[in-house]
Amino acid sequence: MSENPSEKRRDFLQLSTITLGAVGTAAFMWPFLKSMNPAEDTLALGSTEVDISGIDEGQSITVKWRGKPVFIKRRTQQEIKEAREVLLTELKDPAKDVNRVQKDEWLILVGVCTHLGCVPLGQKMTDSKGDFNGWYCPCHGSHYDTSGRIRKGPAPKNLDVPEYTFLNETTIKIG
Amino acid sequence: MSGPSEPKKYKNPILNWIEFRLPIISYFEKEYGDYPMPKNCNYFWSFGAMASILLVVMIVSGIFIAMNYTPHTDMAFVSVERLMRDVNYGWLLRYIHSNGAAFFFIVVYIHMLRGMYYGSYKYPRELNWILGVFIYLLMMATSFLGYTLPWGQMSYWGATVITNLFSAIPVVGEGLKTWLLGDYTVGNATLNRFFALHYVLPFVILGVVGLHVAAVHVHGSNNPAGIDIKSKNDTVKFFPYMLLKDTLALCVLGVLISAVIFFGPNIMAEVDNYIPADPLVTPAHIVPNWYLAPFYAILRAIPDKLGGVVLMFASILVLFILPWLDRSKVRSCNFRPLYKWFMMLFFIDFFILGYVGLKPAEGLYLLIARIGLVYYFVFFFIISPFIGLIEKTKELPASISDVYLGGGKSITTPLTQKEIN
Repeated sequence: MSENPSEKRRDFLQLSTITLGAVGTAAFMWPFLKSMNPAEDTLALGSTEVDISGIDEGQSITVKWRGKPVFIKRRTQQEIKEAREVLLTELKDPAKDVNRVQKDEWLILVGVCTHLGCVPLGQKMTDSKGDFNGWYCPCHGSHYDTSGRIRKGPAPKNLDVPEYTFLNETTIKIG
Repeated sequence: MSGPSEPKKYKNPILNWIEFRLPIISYFEKEYGDYPMPKNCNYFWSFGAMASILLVVMIVSGIFIAMNYTPHTDMAFVSVERLMRDVNYGWLLRYIHSNGAAFFFIVVYIHMLRGMYYGSYKYPRELNWILGVFIYLLMMATSFLGYTLPWGQMSYWGATVITNLFSAIPVVGEGLKTWLLGDYTVGNATLNRFFALHYVLPFVILGVVGLHVAAVHVHGSNNPAGIDIKSKNDTVKFFPYMLLKDTLALCVLGVLISAVIFFGPNIMAEVDNYIPADPLVTPAHIVPNWYLAPFYAILRAIPDKLGGVVLMFASILVLFILPWLDRSKVRSCNFRPLYKWFMMLFFIDFFILGYVGLKPAEGLYLLIARIGLVYYFVFFFIISPFIGLIEKTKELPASISDVYLGGGKSITTPLTQKEIN
């Protein structure tokens, strides 16, 4: 077959045409695929300032940040104690409570279950708080403790802690 | 390519004119007029035609709904309520579309179970089955996208849960999810693209349905005996016999679907979807549409995020390889005394999984889901490939005509060939 030099040349032309065509098509697809990623205005980082002076011990509020709920909880001494006493070996996603808070009282979490994205219950007094006195996701039954760590159920990770700073004693900035 | 073959001649000059330029008349004549159907086909063979008609109904009603729908997070819910209250016959369009989707799935499920029971997926119709599973996958995707559009609570949280499934994939999961959503949460970008895709996918389905029908016409339809057509005596022409039979089946379907549309349009709807979407409050109990519930039950039965997602996708994808998992040469379960009962049990199992998929994932429901899940996979990976070791299949009739003549099983008075024709 390839003894004939003109056939060899034809093979080369065929192969290089196909290759160039494939690379060109793939390159042309890129802008289309990329257009589906978040747009610039969506990306523009939002931050939220929250006044926390009105929150009593044991209370919790929900604020909206980048379209997601953020839980701000002022923990009781009992809740802090519970969170500190757990052995790391008992945790599915081991993390020390001290590393999850800036001030012991204030626990700030992204209120999105790490399983499939539902908002866990536990913010209202009347809500079920799950087996570990923190939050309970009704969708598929994940239980979180008083540090927002996953203790039971299908969720793989602890509730996320967003970036935040205390601007002063009564105001925090999330994001 | 050889030159054009000799065109068929018709009495009607217009038909002749078209046929000479595009041999579409003879094509339809061959595929929908003279097409030989096995004469022992029962009413289960009408569900393919019913599904095709329902697809057309869904596309037509959907186009008219789209004329009144606004794919924006601020206006979607209101535009659907306006459709229901102010648009002339808008309520009818929407109820046809929402209940039509449910009936589409009912009909397609019966069509699929028919294919499984009578072994229609076996040689030489494997590709036909694969195309069918593709249609089913596209249907699931389309119905999920459509369920998001009214932008009620179930729409929003259903979309959130399903798109989060992709975040279970290691390494690329989170990025893939964000790419699908066009945002970090389900938002306006998501709604917009879901609408665009929900509009276009049915036309893709239509194309694959065309291939699916063309493929079955190559080797002809299967039949309840699961044996090949041996002679002309085994068949009847599609027109008028099957066309009339399918028409009657369609009339019955029409009565049933009308009964639901006019007397119980919300019996398959979720009340929570009449509450506008709220990103800060998850409904206490999220449920998928009932026709996707069996897979949702499998997802929740596994106490591990990635494991649940993998098994859920596996439970759908296993259908693709069914033609190679079932190694029996006998197609129809009518001649497989043991497999028949496992097949029936599989149907019941699928139904039970659907039921528990709509219930909370705890206690007894969770246990049932896990047992159902085990049987689901045991059926495909153990029973189907290995039942041949212990099952003794019944003797097959020599031909389709013999089903009526011999044995005296189905008909007491034997018919002569002339009477049959």
